[in-house]
Amino acid sequence: MTKRQAELGSAAVFVLPAVAIMGVFIIYPAVATLVLSFLDADGTFVGLRNFITVLTHEDTINVDRFPGRSPPWGSLIHNGLWIIVHLPITLLLGIILANLLHNIIGGPVIKAIIFIGMVVPMIVGGVIIRFLFDASSGIVPHLLRSLGSEGLVTRTWTAYPQTSLAALILGSILLWTGFSLTMHASGLSTIPKELYEAADVDGASVLTKFFRITIPMLAPVTSVVVAMTLLWEIKIFDIVYAATEGGPGGSSMVLSLQMYRYAFRRLDHNLAATVATILSMFTLVVGLWLLKRQRKGEGA
Amino acid sequence: MKRITPGRATQYVLAYAFAVVWLIPFLGVIVTSVSPFAEVVRGWWNVDIRNMSLRNYLGAWAHDTMPIGQGIGNSFIVTVPATIVPMLLGSMAAYGFLRFRFPLRTTMFITIILLLAIPQHMVAVPLFQILNGLGLINTYWGLIVAHCAWGMPWIVLFLRGYFSTLPMEIEESARIDGAGTLYTFFRVVLPMSWPGLASVFALQFTWVWNDFFLALITVYHPDRLVATQRIPLLRGQYHVDWGILTSAAVLTTLVPLLVFILLQKYYVKGFVGFSSK
Repeated sequence: MTKRQAELGSAAVFVLPAVAIMGVFIIYPAVATLVLSFLDADGTFVGLRNFITVLTHEDTINVDRFPGRSPPWGSLIHNGLWIIVHLPITLLLGIILANLLHNIIGGPVIKAIIFIGMVVPMIVGGVIIRFLFDASSGIVPHLLRSLGSEGLVTRTWTAYPQTSLAALILGSILLWTGFSLTMHASGLSTIPKELYEAADVDGASVLTKFFRITIPMLAPVTSVVVAMTLLWEIKIFDIVYAATEGGPGGSSMVLSLQMYRYAFRRLDHNLAATVATILSMFTLVVGLWLLKRQRKGEGA
Repeated sequence: MKRITPGRATQYVLAYAFAVVWLIPFLGVIVTSVSPFAEVVRGWWNVDIRNMSLRNYLGAWAHDTMPIGQGIGNSFIVTVPATIVPMLLGSMAAYGFLRFRFPLRTTMFITIILLLAIPQHMVAVPLFQILNGLGLINTYWGLIVAHCAWGMPWIVLFLRGYFSTLPMEIEESARIDGAGTLYTFFRVVLPMSWPGLASVFALQFTWVWNDFFLALITVYHPDRLVATQRIPLLRGQYHVDWGILTSAAVLTTLVPLLVFILLQKYYVKGFVGFSSK
């Protein structure tokens, strides 16, 4: 046996079991889903018909109601709104908190408390959201009442189409900020002190140092946080399932839950596969963007 | 000792204000879980501390229709093998991708990275059909296998990065002494890699324990549901028994919380390392 053959043999022993299990239980099913999205229930090829059906359906985009009337606006719009609200807020909160908690007494404990949102199962996260916005047991309607508010915001947010999506998005900020914070905090600790000392010598203000040193030095971490946050928002499922099941009346429906309902309640595997494929196209765009950025960062 | 400047004082006030905002929801859940239902409906901030008890916990643990105790037992049955097996196979593959040259190596590795971006929904229907064909729906084996596959891409990616930081000299001297690749890997490389393996353990264990979707599509038998599956079923349709629901939530969270507290350093390194490499 030559050295080369020996290396191939070792490679097979080390790599094949993992590759085989991923091939059978991830790659094959993913390809099968892709194929299903181009077929009808009888297995006939229908081109893009399923995609047109899904994308023009009011479950996905409800042009009659968006944006003039209250939700349901369709799952794709809901996911989009989730991104528009949740991404900038968690990103900013993470950067601000990382700086705020840097070098203060109790900082690590506060970081750990905020990170609990990432440790709890997301199904529990959904319960926490429902609890926070409950009319009688929830602190949010209670606080709004004591501030003099009236109407819907003092009732159970998850029970009304006007407020259910807002409750979920706000609650998801509470759960996810710990990720952005932890990533940025570890990024901060890698910035060389000398940069700040040199800036001090030049008489730079706190804000100048923040925008000229901290933000640019954190950029690689920030791009990872943006990508992971986008992936999370696109795939969001558990907290919606636990808090509202997409309701009431589809007002908090999201793509992943729509897919689950098509597949496992209506048993329409082709439309379910189509929704899943649309989901994957979004997540793959994010994944490819991150991959490209990382390769550029490594200089390879 | 630093001087207290107005800027520094503001920093402290803001930092602790944020801490309070984040603490309140979790505090609310814990207070509710030890309070009688009649008091919670008036708001957990009004409860009488003298009436607190663990009755809700007993009620949730041995619930009539959805005992969370049984769910936690089932979650352990699934999570332990679904953590150990992918750690073993994933670490071997990570080492293989790093140390050996073979055809399609780069293509396979890029594919594995891209698998990280695919949602579980993309595999749901065919995965159900495969497991159903194998008679593994409603068994722990089906769910365990699904988790083994699902955890594999990031474990391979993370550990390949980790192994690449190890010094080559030790491995080389083992090889010069005539050790085979398997021996070198299990007796030399893995023992040196325990911090990386601790990160993998912490995160994979937490992800499997916290998973809901894979369990939802593979396990249907009421007695076999894992802990996370039972929580939405304890909610009730019209009237929510917050005491029972929050105790079940706390009990289910206790395990990943303990993993986080005990392995915090490795947990965070897993997060940061896995995303930055």
